[in-house]
Amino acid sequence: MTTAWANPSELLMQVATRAAGRRRSASRRRLTLTIGLGMLAIAIIVCVAAPLFAKDSPTAIDALRPLAGPFSPGHLLGTDQYGRDVFARILYGGRIDLAIAFGATSVTLVGGTFIGLVAGYVGGKVDSVLMRLVDLFFAFPFLVLIIAIVAMLGPSIFNMFVAIWITSWVSYARIMRAQTVIAKKQQYVLAAQALGYGRLRIMFRHILPNTVSAVIIFSMVDAVGNIILAASLGFLGLGAQPPSPEWGTMISDAQNYILTSWWLAAMPGLAVVFVGVAFSLIGDGLADLLRPGER
Amino acid sequence: MTRFGMLPRRLVHLVIIVFGITVVTFFLLRLIPGDPALAILGSNYTHTRAVAIDNFLGLNKPIWTQYGVYMDRLFHGNMGFSFFYDESATTVIVSHIAPTLYLVCFSAVLAALISFPVGFIAGIRSSGVVDQISRVFFTLSFAMPGFWLGIILLLIFSVHIHAFPLSGFGSGFFGHLYYLFLPALTIALGFSTVLVRSLRAATITTLQAEFVDTALMKGIKYRQVLWRHVFRNSVLAVVAVFGVNLAYLISGTVLVENVFSLPGLGTLLVSSVSDRDYPVVQGVTLLFAVLIVVINLLTDVVQAALDPRVGQEIGE
Repeated sequence: MTTAWANPSELLMQVATRAAGRRRSASRRRLTLTIGLGMLAIAIIVCVAAPLFAKDSPTAIDALRPLAGPFSPGHLLGTDQYGRDVFARILYGGRIDLAIAFGATSVTLVGGTFIGLVAGYVGGKVDSVLMRLVDLFFAFPFLVLIIAIVAMLGPSIFNMFVAIWITSWVSYARIMRAQTVIAKKQQYVLAAQALGYGRLRIMFRHILPNTVSAVIIFSMVDAVGNIILAASLGFLGLGAQPPSPEWGTMISDAQNYILTSWWLAAMPGLAVVFVGVAFSLIGDGLADLLRPGER
Repeated sequence: MTRFGMLPRRLVHLVIIVFGITVVTFFLLRLIPGDPALAILGSNYTHTRAVAIDNFLGLNKPIWTQYGVYMDRLFHGNMGFSFFYDESATTVIVSHIAPTLYLVCFSAVLAALISFPVGFIAGIRSSGVVDQISRVFFTLSFAMPGFWLGIILLLIFSVHIHAFPLSGFGSGFFGHLYYLFLPALTIALGFSTVLVRSLRAATITTLQAEFVDTALMKGIKYRQVLWRHVFRNSVLAVVAVFGVNLAYLISGTVLVENVFSLPGLGTLLVSSVSDRDYPVVQGVTLLFAVLIVVINLLTDVVQAALDPRVGQEIGE
């Protein structure tokens, strides 16, 4: 049932729920979730409490030791061209990337879910208008539209948030609408309608709790996307601005030293992969726990 | 409904979407805080030029007239004037199309070459060696920024092994292919994640279909059944996924072009952002969106050509 304008979101749901052919025992399912949560917890703790783990300031310049390799004395992951400690910069930079993963994802999750719920339940003209709008956003390459919006507003972290907020509620709206349209025809909703409950009560007390797992699972996939997006925009010079450390900007800076100092580019990327895998595992684990029927 | 009965309806849909796209790109310029003429001109600001821009954008007229003017110019292939290049934006954009087209096509082909065998084998022998390895690899690559993967490939294959050039576009068809191999591979690896997963899932489903049993019972060799019945049916699912994820492919090219310094639309887009060359940003955005919409339509046609049921479904 793939139509043309449809369905990056549904497809991503499939990626998130890893549909076919895997059966795992209950304990192993929990294991995926636990490992994911553990990895994310580690990332959050070391980034938030960065001063406890990295003794150097992320912007302190060690002029005597520029471009020192990993495991050199005093610098676990080496130093960059100004002698700034790479490990410290990754930890402090993680604050920005994690903030985007949570800040951008949570806002679009709530907004998109609300819009999808209303469109699906109210139907009619409201639905058509909102869904044409969603189609329209899907016609743009996501990154290109975000770059264009950031370009017009001016590059900064806040404008990056705004660009993500403007564009990425659409996936949630589409998933939530599909779920709501199905739920609307089910017995429990019909029963609630027969009892004369109001629209709002049915939408938020009956339909939402029964359908919200789909968007929550998707939000984990989306969080991976947003981390990568934040790094990508930083890399292109459209996100965090130097000298503030951010994983993407660090990789971008490192490009000039790629011939001699591989660790400058490699290490921040590994940090992105670490957090991304954490969110993926959480999404997998949640998919197993919340919608076991779908695999 | 006939096989291509959905086409007229889809064409209407296409026109509506393209109309919407022009509205969005039109309003993009209006997002600029402050005086657009000042923002567009930047250091090229002179009073005469500012007046020219005000006239060009029709900033003194009502917004719907402005949109009308914008559309009228668009139909004449006029996307505005790039003060940075001192040329019409259309000329600038057209001169950057070739590398991007090469890159998109090349990475699509590479992605197919990688994901068809891997996804199919992973589906036939699910939980086998290929399946396990590909699952681990693609879980990692799903969380990997494409531009970073590109840099790592550069490190390995260009800096240490010297097998491929560091950057540039090369000359001649095969020169292009040689220079574009690493960038295309970067995008293809990221893109393969989705393709492998959907092909694997489709293969598993197809294997359980009754026509497979029938074919086996007729005494056709297992290999032949796999190739002629299972593969051909499973690959259909991938064609759909291909179209849907094109936007992802395009986003990939924007980043990877910047890593490998390819003179394509992605590099142009990003450099225009820092040059505050707004007409070019607007034009490239428009072009990418229209490209995606048109290729999506083509995917539908291909699908309908391969499988009549799909055509009917899309028409409904």
